[in-house]
Amino acid sequence: MSTATAPSTSSSTTLRNAVIRLAGNSQDGIQSIGGILARLAGRTQQDVVTYMTIPSTISGGPSIFQLHLGSGEVLHAGDDSDVLVAFYQHSYDSHISALREGGICFYDSGEVTGLKNERGIHHIGIPFTAATVEAIGGSARDRGKNIFVLGLLCAVFQLDKEKVTGILSRQFGKKDESVLRNALLAFDAGFAYPIGDITTFNFEEGEHKDANRISTDGNTIMTLGLIAAGVRYGSAYPITPWSSIMETLRSELPRYGGLYVQAEDELAAVSMTIGAAYAGHLAVTGSAGPGLSLKMEALSYASMAEIPLIVINVQRGGPSTGLPTSVEQSDLMQAIYGSHGDCPRIVLAPKDVEDCFYIALEAGKLARQYSCPVIILSDQALSSRIEAFTEPDLDKHWVEPTLDLSDRGADFKPYPLDGVTHHAPPGTKMAGKYPHVTGLEHDEWGHPSGNPKMHQKMTEKRRNKLVSLSQKLPLPEIYGDQEGDLLLIGWGSTFGPIKESVNRLRAEGHKVGAAHLRHLHPMPAHLDRLWAKFKDVAIVELNDSGMYGYGQLATILRGAYAEPKIQSICKTDGLTFRIREIVTGVEKIMSNH
Amino acid sequence: MSTTTFDSSAVAAPTPLITPPPMAAEEKLTKKALTADHPTWCPGCGDFAVLAAFYKVLEKLQYPHEKIVCVAGIGCSSRFPYFMNTHGIHFIHGRAIPLATGISLSRPDVHVFVFGGDGDGFSIGGNHLNHAARKNIKLTYVIMDNFVYGLTKKQTSPTSPQGFKSKTDPIGSIDRPINPMKQLLASGATFIARTHAAQVKHMVDTFERAIKHDGFSVVECLSECIMFYEGSFDDSWPKKGGAFEIIDETQHDVKDDVAAFKLADLPSPGKFGVFYDVDRPTKNALEQKWIDDTQAKLAGTSQKDLLKKRLEMMR
Ligand SMILES: Cc1ncc(C[n+]2csc(CCOP(=O)(O)OP(=O)(O)O)c2C)c(N)n1
Ligand code: SF4
Ligand SMILES: [Mg+2]
Repeated sequence: MSTATAPSTSSSTTLRNAVIRLAGNSQDGIQSIGGILARLAGRTQQDVVTYMTIPSTISGGPSIFQLHLGSGEVLHAGDDSDVLVAFYQHSYDSHISALREGGICFYDSGEVTGLKNERGIHHIGIPFTAATVEAIGGSARDRGKNIFVLGLLCAVFQLDKEKVTGILSRQFGKKDESVLRNALLAFDAGFAYPIGDITTFNFEEGEHKDANRISTDGNTIMTLGLIAAGVRYGSAYPITPWSSIMETLRSELPRYGGLYVQAEDELAAVSMTIGAAYAGHLAVTGSAGPGLSLKMEALSYASMAEIPLIVINVQRGGPSTGLPTSVEQSDLMQAIYGSHGDCPRIVLAPKDVEDCFYIALEAGKLARQYSCPVIILSDQALSSRIEAFTEPDLDKHWVEPTLDLSDRGADFKPYPLDGVTHHAPPGTKMAGKYPHVTGLEHDEWGHPSGNPKMHQKMTEKRRNKLVSLSQKLPLPEIYGDQEGDLLLIGWGSTFGPIKESVNRLRAEGHKVGAAHLRHLHPMPAHLDRLWAKFKDVAIVELNDSGMYGYGQLATILRGAYAEPKIQSICKTDGLTFRIREIVTGVEKIMSNH
Repeated sequence: MSTTTFDSSAVAAPTPLITPPPMAAEEKLTKKALTADHPTWCPGCGDFAVLAAFYKVLEKLQYPHEKIVCVAGIGCSSRFPYFMNTHGIHFIHGRAIPLATGISLSRPDVHVFVFGGDGDGFSIGGNHLNHAARKNIKLTYVIMDNFVYGLTKKQTSPTSPQGFKSKTDPIGSIDRPINPMKQLLASGATFIARTHAAQVKHMVDTFERAIKHDGFSVVECLSECIMFYEGSFDDSWPKKGGAFEIIDETQHDVKDDVAAFKLADLPSPGKFGVFYDVDRPTKNALEQKWIDDTQAKLAGTSQKDLLKKRLEMMR
């Protein structure tokens, strides 16, 4: 709350930003009210970035949901919070240090008893549980206290009550009538709860005037992006944080005449997907890191046989089962190089939730155009966090699914050396020989060939189609200073925090810019032009700096450009970057001169 | 499937149901039309006979040429698609079945045939076989069983009998082999048969029944690897002094899985023919029903409008 001062009188303060952290247990429904608040932001022309932690056990456990709401652009989920809502003593103990100086802590006075009076924090105790039970009555126990808190926050931040109850009605109205009634009772009780001598806040009017803003998480919008791209088939095996994409595809695709299959394992999943792709459809498989590893043999096949295919990897903490519900970007090398043989494929990464839609569209186009696998590297943070953005314009982006069974002439070659492969799917009438699609090295007609010259030529063919793509890709724009002290380069979900870090560093007087890569393999040609006018380059990524002190993207860039000024800012604590971590990293690199 | 939009130029003519137009001579599916590269198998390999039998069945069935697709994994036997002038895909070791599943489920208009060896099917691909069988995917799978790894030059396979000396079992195989018929029965395949590469007529008849079965049909075809396991099937080869005993279907009820289990328990070389043949809805049909029911409720809303509405809900 950049403009808020410590509340002491009953007045109202206008603010542009607020970071609210809800801390409880996963079964308390804090994700659900966080989601409602995020959706409200979209409806009131505001920006929002959320962040949540989920325990990896089913029985639940400590969990937080953090929202950064703002009237202007919001780029990250916030370092410290302005408001903490603590449901339990353990929530209070774990999160009070992340509350900023002079911040407000609402706590359940029936649960939290030990308070730390420090740093000018304002404590406001409210019996969430007891007041909810009183409002709903009967055997409600502590169910509904999340909605009580929602009402409370609505009052404190003077949020649009009508819109919130509208969202509540949509969400609960489908169930039994009493569910919605209880929710509204709990909400009203929270909204009307006498919080006493405290200032309330109201947000400046939202700056996003576009009519259609939606708010959702990365996995959901990526799934809808796949459908818009023309994907109708595929197969996968469940794994966190990928599962929700396959679940949504499974239930949605029949509406579009398609089908998504749960396979017995990842090897079958990628194979079924290659089967559907060979059959002429645009198809997708996906997983998290461990599952991507299992798909590797088949992915090499798809490079060799030149099969168009989309593969999504929602990265999580590794290696092995690692940190299944935490964020990491440690699968870049695996995505680019993780198979046997020289097997060129395309690797893309969305920069924020909105981009998950557009990256899916692009993946579909590139897969078909270059007839090869396209891997999308998303991550746990993007998969689950909610952002508000402009609704994609389907009139512009919709891709009608096609199945090209047009007759092929006598001169048809499945693997032309002087052109791009476009397979003739089964069902296609062939004037000449029927084509064989194969993972053995082959000649232009798909006959197995061990000819040394042919292997050299075909390897070049498969490589050069991606070299030509790299020449067509535009250089990413530089945000901030176009020359100066240091250029930050990132990929994937670090986009927002990097941009915000540039804002801070420039405000401190540094000449700093940032470029973000969405195309990781191949990268746009001539990337060195980006950093030619900067003294230092820092690659920001959520992976380990390894044996030689450089993260995965930094290692690739240093290798490709032999550029010693490329440095790394890396971490692997399973959490997204805080602004101050990036800022400190940059200052450290700059101080080396 | 039903609503996937086909390229207008690409709409395949609907398969004529009653009187097919007279076919031009060259369109008739002959052995000549079906023949592609000369097989790279060793002279005397049993797989040649399997190929010849398959040509014969296709000549008999006269499916539209372009609707036939042959799929295989890796192994000597898995080279099969190269020798067929039909759509063909040669995939990776052990995964032909899931690949074929992807084709079958997304393209109800084509006939999917899978070929492979005992290692490909029962070892590295064993898990897939179980699941494709229980899901009753519509396709026909011919396992050319030579009781050995041929392509990699004589290692023990999951069907090698105990005592078989291979490069990985120099003192003779010590592990109990699987019983393919029992394994397939337990996994839920709906058509299970056994034949022999030296019995061309039996092969042709068995393949034909398998292909006409609406569901997951598997035929284990004993096919000798002359290079690495010569004489393996002499005991069921009359010319070599063995006995080729065919299942008497007046005595064996092919719908009785317990009886099929008993048949499968006979000592080597056992009997040949159809062990099991039942009708159960295919996954293909069940999924299509879900798709059709879902679409019936949408009252012809265009796909684009469906997605637009879905996005609007997130406002
Ligand atoms: C992933 C993988 N592992 C191992 C191999 C090596 N390999 C190729 S074929 C084969 C076994 C072939 O035996 P079978 O399936 O019985 O076929 P046959 O050659 O006997 O017809 C093996 C082990 C491979 N190609 N790929
Ligand atoms: S090695 Fe055996 S299975 Fe392979 S082609 Fe030769 S005889 Fe046939
Ligand atoms: Mg074998």
